[in-house]
Amino acid sequence: MSEAVAHHQAVAGVYEPSLFGTYSKKIGMWLFLLSDSLTFGALLYAYSYGRISTPNWPTPFHSESIINATIMTAFLLTSSLTMVLAVNAAARGNASALRGWLIATMICGTGFIVLHGREWGNLIAEGLTLPVFPSVPGHEASAEFANVSKLVPMFPATFFGLTGMHMLHVTIGVIYLGVVALRKKFIPVLLVLWAIGYFTIPAYSPFHYGVHVLLIGAVVCSVILWLRPKVYDSADVEVAGLYWHFVDLVWMFIFPLVYLMSTKIL
Amino acid sequence: MNDATQAALEQRVAEEQRHHGMRPFFYVWGALLVLTGIEVYLGYQNMEPLRMLTILMGLSILKAALIIAYFMHMKFEASTMKWLTMCSLVFCLTMMVVFFPDAFRLLHLGAAAR
Repeated sequence: MSEAVAHHQAVAGVYEPSLFGTYSKKIGMWLFLLSDSLTFGALLYAYSYGRISTPNWPTPFHSESIINATIMTAFLLTSSLTMVLAVNAAARGNASALRGWLIATMICGTGFIVLHGREWGNLIAEGLTLPVFPSVPGHEASAEFANVSKLVPMFPATFFGLTGMHMLHVTIGVIYLGVVALRKKFIPVLLVLWAIGYFTIPAYSPFHYGVHVLLIGAVVCSVILWLRPKVYDSADVEVAGLYWHFVDLVWMFIFPLVYLMSTKIL
Repeated sequence: MNDATQAALEQRVAEEQRHHGMRPFFYVWGALLVLTGIEVYLGYQNMEPLRMLTILMGLSILKAALIIAYFMHMKFEASTMKWLTMCSLVFCLTMMVVFFPDAFRLLHLGAAAR
């Protein structure tokens, strides 16, 4: 207590007790997460609406997709645990452990994105696709998936819409944690990842263009760090953690609704 | 230092002291993995869709509650924070159920046309 009082002596008179028993940054993040949960809620309800109103809704996911999605879920759950450990390290003031756990969280998040991207690539090549996605050259689409795209276009539309929105959130989360962990040192990392992605992912893949999220992220983070350079404290880490856990939380609904309810049992 | 600042600082310190050991978080992580395993197992049981949906959503809500309560620390927040955020979230999401009768109308419309 005495340390906290000494720390805040310089700004005595500025602080007032919060109605919610916590600091304003955390309340702000909770308000954002409440609004974001409605975004995902609307997408999940749209998916469910389509599913209810469409007779013979396709259930195209084979074992490979389910196993892949299960591993992705394990990655996200583990990343939440490492995030909790990061918040704990921040509360104890252990900077090196904090950075390590944040990087571990980012690695798990990146693993999720890579596995999800691979899953998308396989499905698109097999014929489960959207009209805006170019066809994959030299790969014969399977009749099963091509029929799904043709007869029930709402399935790929809601599938790619929901999982794409979630993947975007995970990507933004990884960038957010990268900035908290490494601050301006993370900007060149982002630019290198963007360049590798842009020049190695073939042009027919939606990720060839999707990787520009990293470039936009690098620009936005540079502006933020330039306008407001700071060392992030334990409250910032806790708030970043709230965002990360929310991304995990949303997947707990997408995984059963989109994948498990669409399993093809042979 | 005025009384308001003193009260704010005491509140902040009290909030920090609501932190606790790490063991429950490992248990929650394990429980989430086990629940995911159960969900995947159920995915392969040739169950009637509505029954399957009910069980999966029940498990998902349980997982979401564990994540919000422990990982997002809501269990340790002040009660005003808990009630305000959770009640507004549940209310807004529940309101969206209003669209489902229209989905059933379309389904029956399609069946009548066939």
